[in-house]
Amino acid sequence: MSFLALEPIRVLLYLVGICAFVGGNAAYLVLAERKGAGRIQRRPGPNEAGWAGILQPLADGIKLLAKQVMVPPGTDALLFRAAPLMVMAPPLMCLATIPFGDTVVARNLNIGLLFVFSFGSINVMALMLGGWASRNKYSIISAARVVSQNVAYEIPMLLVVITLLMITGTMDLNEIIKQQAGWFWNWNVLKIWVNPLMPVTFVIFFTCMLAETNRAPFDMAEAESELVAGAFTEYGGMGFGVFFMAEYANIVVGCCLATILFFGGWQSPFGALSDGLWGPIWFLGKTYALIFTVIWIRWTFPRTQFYSLLNLSWKILIPLSLFTLLLTGAMMKLPLLFK
Amino acid sequence: MIASKDNFSAAPASQGPQETFTLNLGPQHPAAHGVLRVLMTMDGEWIQRAEPVIGYIHRMHEKMGENRTLAKFLPNTSRIDYLSAMHYTHAVVGAVERAAKIEVPLRAEYIRVITSELNRISSHMVWWGALLLDLGGFTPILYAFDDREKILDLLEGLCGARLTYCYYRFGGLYNDADDAFLKGTRDFVQHMKPRLQMYRDLVTDNIILRKRLTDIGPIPAEMCRRYGATGPVIRGAGVAYDVRRAEPYSVYPKLDFKIPTYPEADSMARYLVRMDEMEQSLYIIEQALDQIPAGPFIGKVPRVLKLPPGDTCYAVEAARGRFLVRLVSDGKDTAYRVKLRTPSFSNLSLYEEASKGMILPDALAMMGSLDLVIPDIDR
Repeated sequence: MSFLALEPIRVLLYLVGICAFVGGNAAYLVLAERKGAGRIQRRPGPNEAGWAGILQPLADGIKLLAKQVMVPPGTDALLFRAAPLMVMAPPLMCLATIPFGDTVVARNLNIGLLFVFSFGSINVMALMLGGWASRNKYSIISAARVVSQNVAYEIPMLLVVITLLMITGTMDLNEIIKQQAGWFWNWNVLKIWVNPLMPVTFVIFFTCMLAETNRAPFDMAEAESELVAGAFTEYGGMGFGVFFMAEYANIVVGCCLATILFFGGWQSPFGALSDGLWGPIWFLGKTYALIFTVIWIRWTFPRTQFYSLLNLSWKILIPLSLFTLLLTGAMMKLPLLFK
Repeated sequence: MIASKDNFSAAPASQGPQETFTLNLGPQHPAAHGVLRVLMTMDGEWIQRAEPVIGYIHRMHEKMGENRTLAKFLPNTSRIDYLSAMHYTHAVVGAVERAAKIEVPLRAEYIRVITSELNRISSHMVWWGALLLDLGGFTPILYAFDDREKILDLLEGLCGARLTYCYYRFGGLYNDADDAFLKGTRDFVQHMKPRLQMYRDLVTDNIILRKRLTDIGPIPAEMCRRYGATGPVIRGAGVAYDVRRAEPYSVYPKLDFKIPTYPEADSMARYLVRMDEMEQSLYIIEQALDQIPAGPFIGKVPRVLKLPPGDTCYAVEAARGRFLVRLVSDGKDTAYRVKLRTPSFSNLSLYEEASKGMILPDALAMMGSLDLVIPDIDR
């Protein structure tokens, strides 16, 4: 019985690892985003600090840390300070249940999916509090937008997840992945014999994920050309930095979830080589491919209007996801009728 | 002003549902493109009233025109609308030539047309990138600046300046266009045609862009008439008003080009007008390059230029609309009165009426479609 096998120490190590993972990801995804933007816009992107700009996150971090954290007069100081913490903590909690490999998971809960979604929703409240506590008109408008946007997109997302739950029959994330073993046509996104609309379900999930994480083209919370910086207008220094990191942490969580639910998590696409160290490699490879897609979309499309954003959710995504839910139910129950 | 604690006692959350609030958009705001300030009375995200507050960059260009010689005033005009400096200097030069009855060689007129149209394309490229930036699309502006860079290089080779050109002189030009410029311009026209097509495919046909501009911010022809809006704004309302045709100047009557108009009068119409105008400008440049004669590039101009007493107007079609210079002379070497009629001022003044009842992002999209240059408003 080695020292590392003790449960509390294992969990502690995993939590430290997850913090480092989120921090490192946030720092280097900013660089990846800026490099990706540079690639799309035919310019080099940051390339001064270190080799090809590899030290840029460090320079950014030092700059943000060195800045004073201002609490403007008239703000609700407690909520103003609490909002960045509340926006950063939930993604860390979510990652605790995400299986990076067959055994690489901090805490394998049998209600992992529910856990991730319940913590994922706190993000909204944090942004709303940040916007409200700032006592800035742009921030208030942004806070109101964030709430209505997230309420609108939580519904189709959860309907899609319910569809998946009906197929998988479990909330255990690792169990969901194990059901997708074998060749890549066993992945949920391609299981069209269960529900012919499975690829559409993924598109709904991905769209909702973009909206939930306030990413372009749905970045209503920040909307820099309309609301200056939206809910983050009054934040400077590391207060802003934490919001910024949380955005990337949320993207990581969202893309991890999409990988687990639709792309077979740590399973390889051809049914072999998915145990041991190969698991995390497949998992991270798929996740980063999705993250790159998110970055790609941001630098390609202009921002949608706020009302067409809500129209998209209430008039298209929700009816569509309800339909897929019904279709899945029908396809699962119809064979029983003819028995 | 340092506010006392008491000023903050009323929390914004205590506002009742019927209450409005004032939003000071600008003078420092990412969508204000400079120092425009719009005082907005908002009902939630809906605008009840948007009052533009101007004057933050007023530099008294008209008065400066009245206390220095015309030659010294000429570079001033390129600072009014810094994005279409060629057109603005063209108007002053044209007014002086008209008043003093100076003959301009034909070669100079052709080179003026070529440089003016190049300047129009570069100005529209900036507008295009900035509008997309307002709409939240960051990438197009870098492509636009890439193309604009080619124009700036060409014009820099010609007159040394990259933005605030002072290339036109009374009676002609500062120097002759060399073969390198003419060949470079031909290459640029060939380079720009597929680029414009690419922008149409990638940006104009994008569904998000179409949804954000179509039926947003209607400015009908009647409203344009009341406020004196010109340029792409009135052509986007279906009126084929273009100074190059309505009050012909330079060698434009000899050149063939269409005046693009769209009757929809919405932001998309103004967008499409400018996109079409760039194509027409390329067409004009091609014709001018084919027709350009050899000869002198500057005519006979007296050493001390004094305008005969009188009142002269000269209008040009600048990138944003009709720019007019009025020179009143009492026979001295400085003008007695200079009046500059700038298009952005008129195009902005309709903003209050046009933006009523709009939601904030749409109002800013409409502002982007007006293509405002703030120093052009304030002069």
